[in-house]
Amino acid sequence: MAGILAQQLPEQALQFAYLVSGIMFIQGLRDMTHPRTATRGNLISSGGMFLAVAVTILWFEILTPAILAAGLLIGGVVGAYLAVAVETTEMPQLVGLFNGFGGGASAVVAGAELVDVLAGSGDLGVGLTASAAIAAIIGSVTFSGSFVASGKLHGIVGESPVSTNVGHALKVTFLGVALVAGAVLVVQPSLFGGVPTAEWVPVYWVIVAAALLLGVFLVVPIGGADMPVVISLLNSYSGLAAATTGFVLNNTVLIIAGTLVGAAGMILTIIMCESMNRSLANVFFGGLGGDDTAE
Amino acid sequence: MTFVENLTLFVLSAFIGYEVITKIPTNLHTPLMSGANAISGITLLGSVVVAGQGETTLATALGFLAVVMATINVVGGYLVSHFMLSEFSQGGR
Repeated sequence: MAGILAQQLPEQALQFAYLVSGIMFIQGLRDMTHPRTATRGNLISSGGMFLAVAVTILWFEILTPAILAAGLLIGGVVGAYLAVAVETTEMPQLVGLFNGFGGGASAVVAGAELVDVLAGSGDLGVGLTASAAIAAIIGSVTFSGSFVASGKLHGIVGESPVSTNVGHALKVTFLGVALVAGAVLVVQPSLFGGVPTAEWVPVYWVIVAAALLLGVFLVVPIGGADMPVVISLLNSYSGLAAATTGFVLNNTVLIIAGTLVGAAGMILTIIMCESMNRSLANVFFGGLGGDDTAE
Repeated sequence: MTFVENLTLFVLSAFIGYEVITKIPTNLHTPLMSGANAISGITLLGSVVVAGQGETTLATALGFLAVVMATINVVGGYLVSHFMLSEFSQGGR
């Protein structure tokens, strides 16, 4: 269970490194709210990320280094390529796209942890299953919702804000399915004598599927002009998804950074709404191009 | 780490996140959103741990997928924020 650093340093060293990177995230975000310090803030924040990732890789024993390296390389090349290749005017939708990937990663990693714990100790505690269910719902909604929002900004997904009673019924249905499946995941160990029905924890992926559909139907009826606000709100969600994953994995910096983004993103969303003279509720429920008759 | 300790961190971090965002000039909205988004890519840490320690092929494969997605978010997110911000300083605002 121990990597290179863990063999040489006391256990607190990892937590201390996480504390430092948490402070760098807070300071970075703070600097980014002022024009003169914004570039520096982004650099500080990225330094915090580098520290956290580097320490994590060196601390934990990596059983399959080739796979990890391949994942980091592929993700890094794709991310860098998109950032460099895309025109300035198209950056908002690119941010939406990146945000979707972050939310998706949180949902997938919580599922992977469930599968892993089940294969290991097999002890799926309530704290673990409940956190995983929440990460699945928030992360998946962020994933599909962000892709729809980016598509709308990019003009790929239809611009016309259409909302029908069927659309509302579908939202309620998929939310219901996700919540029921989440409840099953939490109570399952006691229902089936501690053993989910298969090693891949099928009910978890039911939550993911329902939440993915929910994300689509949540964003589709909202008008294209409101997409930056939607992306900002989904950004806040992806922070919360990361924080919830922190609860799943008992990881302090995941909780600190995720919650920081969740709260800061929420305030930023509200500020963005205000600068458009809209309220958040107006964007999400009345944002039907001035036609509220469907309500 | 108990659940209550995690919850403590969660609540305190939420207050910090709330306080850190104050008055922001409109032209910084999008870069700030992008920068915050890159931070939420911190979920990469979880992906790294799970991908590296997966006890089964399935867990490792899922971890790999998560590492790819989270790395796209982190690397792309910080780069795009940087490009947007350098755009501002060149334009002399």
